[in-house]
Amino acid sequence: MPPRDDPVSHPNRLSPWLVGLVGAAFLAVLAAVSLGSGAVAFPLGEILDILQAVALGDGDTLPANRVMILWDVRLPRIITAAVAGAALGVSGAVFQGLLLNPLADPYTLGVSSGSTLGAGLVIVMSLFRPDLPWLAGPYALTGGAFVAACLTLAAVIALARDADNHLSPTSLILAGVVLSAILSAALSFLKYLAGDQVGSIIFWLLGSFQARTWTDAAAVLVFFLPAFAVALWSAVDLNIMSMGVRSARTLGVDTRRVRFLLLAAASLAAAAAVSVAGVIGFVGLIVPHLAQLLTGPDHRSLIPLSAIGGAMLLSAADALVRVVLPGEIPVGVLTALLAGPAFLLIFRRKMRGTLHD
Amino acid sequence: MDLDLRPGRHYILAGPNGAGKSTLLDILAGLRRPASGEVTLDGRILPEYDPPELARRLALAPQEYNLNFAFTVREIAAMGRRPYLGRWGVLGEDDRRAVDDALACLHLGDLAAKPVTALSGGERRRVVVARALAQATPVLLLDEPVAGLDIAQALAVMSLAKRLAEAGRLVLTVSHDLTLAAAYGHELIFLKRGEIVAAGPVATVFTDRVLEEVYETPAAVRFDEFSGSLSATFRPQAF
Repeated sequence: MPPRDDPVSHPNRLSPWLVGLVGAAFLAVLAAVSLGSGAVAFPLGEILDILQAVALGDGDTLPANRVMILWDVRLPRIITAAVAGAALGVSGAVFQGLLLNPLADPYTLGVSSGSTLGAGLVIVMSLFRPDLPWLAGPYALTGGAFVAACLTLAAVIALARDADNHLSPTSLILAGVVLSAILSAALSFLKYLAGDQVGSIIFWLLGSFQARTWTDAAAVLVFFLPAFAVALWSAVDLNIMSMGVRSARTLGVDTRRVRFLLLAAASLAAAAAVSVAGVIGFVGLIVPHLAQLLTGPDHRSLIPLSAIGGAMLLSAADALVRVVLPGEIPVGVLTALLAGPAFLLIFRRKMRGTLHD
Repeated sequence: MDLDLRPGRHYILAGPNGAGKSTLLDILAGLRRPASGEVTLDGRILPEYDPPELARRLALAPQEYNLNFAFTVREIAAMGRRPYLGRWGVLGEDDRRAVDDALACLHLGDLAAKPVTALSGGERRRVVVARALAQATPVLLLDEPVAGLDIAQALAVMSLAKRLAEAGRLVLTVSHDLTLAAAYGHELIFLKRGEIVAAGPVATVFTDRVLEEVYETPAAVRFDEFSGSLSATFRPQAF
């Protein structure tokens, strides 16, 4: 978090430390409540007993089915949702700063359409080749989505760079949007091919954390942690680059390197999140905006707060669909329904704020 | 093209739109490699410097910047200290003083805590000049710092540029305002279609003949008693 250089602190900003601590506390409470709630309820004492026992390696002493529900079903799901949310939040903050565009999100460079197409391909292939059972397994889906997202990202970067290997924000956005449109058309064709089985593609598209395992949690974490580290490491440079690339270079920022590192790290984190959870919209768009509204645009606080905020939003949304709402509404639907209008409110407030310009 | 720029002088780069002023500025700032030839600073060619090292010697105040992020005036000026700071950008005592001085020079002290999005166009322009000043470099490049400023602010910025040069820096300002150029520049560089048409001290270069050649418009240069400097007027041409 940034030191307070400002002797006159900005009247409309809250302390990033305060917001971060409140957010982290809220996240912890949310996780505890969510762990204890559901079809089978756990009191807090039992949760702590089970976590302690498993951590110490003597989970066998407790009722096996309760340990399984808590440790093997609920906890990985909750952690996957939190880490995926954090990854999308950080990725969104990085993209908005890097592409000089408040509407940028983790999907601007085609990561979502790429991964969706990858997942769709795996689903359709498993329909046509029932003799290859591994295609219907969860790893093929996650892996296919991730590989396709990475290929899309590589294609966007290759398309967007100019003769000097520079990547301008405008050409990146343009390449991302155009490629996304093409991939969406390809996905439509896949849906057509899938025929009656189109439901499984659509369900994946809407995003869910149902039946996520420790492997899923680890897969997102492995890409989230480096992205978070790189983003924090580059936070000061990102502040400068968010004012414009040309002048950033005269301030000693190696813009080419910083941009490539950040693009790669943020996109991989988003790709991992999407591959595991499906396309969950609005988290990466709205969380950085909210954080900026509360504590200002400094990426040294924006990045960690976007991680906490993304984790909070997605954990809360997943807890709602799992515990409160009937059936299992796909979590991506809920985030869009909740965060979409919230985004419009922020947007309206911002528009009113800049009226005098 | 051959230019030899020296410390202690305020150079004004002028010329018609499309003459190559921005390109030349980019080349001088090390943002663009010249198609042929080299730019040397203190005897070393620009590509030999690593970016922070160059940023401690040469600062550029850009003409435009992105306003999507509501940084405060002070935060933006503090970005000028980037070449001196560690990864986390924590300001030391000297850095804080440099930022305060830069803000004071541009009369931005009272606005320090304001977000840049709430400023007027003229104030925004002064903010990037303050950032370049906070960089504390011997070479200062200003890209149209007075475009869009009212006359009082323009005079203040140009006289600051001149004072900075007289204190020992090399200051190069791109400007379309010839009256200000003649009043506050030590030397003028006129560009046209990528070539230097004329370059030298104001008294020798700021003439009817040169201005007519550069702008292809009949010009009259005379000494203006009121401002105490040369000024030019132009006869409108059929368009």
